[in-house]
Amino acid sequence: MNVRVYVTPKQGILDPQGATVERALPALGFEGVSEVRIGKFIELKLAPQAGATAELARAEVDAMCRKLLANPIIEDFTFEIDEG
Amino acid sequence: MQADPRPVRLGVAVFPGINTERDTHHAVTTFAGAEPVYLWHKDTDLQGVDGILIPGGFSYGDYLRCGAIARFSPIMRSIADFAAEGGLVMGICNGFQILIEAGLLPGALLRNTGLKFVCRYVDVRVETTATPFTRTCAPGELLRIVVKHNEGNYTVDPETLVRMKANAQIVLRYADATGAATAAANPNGSLENIAGVCNEARNVFGMMPHPENSVEAALAGGADGRRFFQSLIDTLAPREVAV
Repeated sequence: MNVRVYVTPKQGILDPQGATVERALPALGFEGVSEVRIGKFIELKLAPQAGATAELARAEVDAMCRKLLANPIIEDFTFEIDEG
Repeated sequence: MQADPRPVRLGVAVFPGINTERDTHHAVTTFAGAEPVYLWHKDTDLQGVDGILIPGGFSYGDYLRCGAIARFSPIMRSIADFAAEGGLVMGICNGFQILIEAGLLPGALLRNTGLKFVCRYVDVRVETTATPFTRTCAPGELLRIVVKHNEGNYTVDPETLVRMKANAQIVLRYADATGAATAAANPNGSLENIAGVCNEARNVFGMMPHPENSVEAALAGGADGRRFFQSLIDTLAPREVAV
């Protein structure tokens, strides 16, 4: 299974990188840009366990995100899982 | 009165990528009653130390998030157990980040608002002396110590901040020379100028500035950092026995 995890700063948490990019874009002539948030994109492959359901795989990835891939105090995460 | 001759043994945790373990080890040797002991990240044995120092640097290359990988090392599991039993643990810079990632201290440390690595002297104001790490300080005392970090921008959710204030868990704030915690005196954009915090039980403490670089008055760094080590050693020193 191919897993794609998106980690972004939580709403309300200051994102200094996003703020800097937001200021830089108009300077290059790109107008109308707002709410720039810079996060992380993580790809991984997960070997399917015998008898595991899609639900179990989701629970496994969810646990990975909570325990290591994201810091739930300051970051939100979402993920997609593809069979294959 | 005769003091027990046994020195206070302070563990200095060593992770790959840490770079101030020698400074921290050396700082401990400048105290007559203390002895440093390196604790390797792959070990689980705390070698019977009395207290633990987690030094600064870039453990595991700061991969993923600062301190995120170090927190899963074998020695950190032992340190977490040690802290749960009331053992004194002090984290400096990356050590502070590791304690936060391990959930032993509240909040999080974000990228500095200026997006720059900050390396300069700051004045920090002692907000509480009711901790084993600041008991030899005077309330409101200003200490001049160096900061050198890229992710020192402390943040915490509003509910936890209220609780931390009620429990006097904010130990240090960045301040100007007059002792005012102004925005100009804040090197990294941290919430309410917070530079150091302790847990509710007051036995785990983390700070962004580096006290281990300010332990010898004859050197450029001054000696203000001694207060933290002295407080820790005084707390852990074997009681003097009346003869």
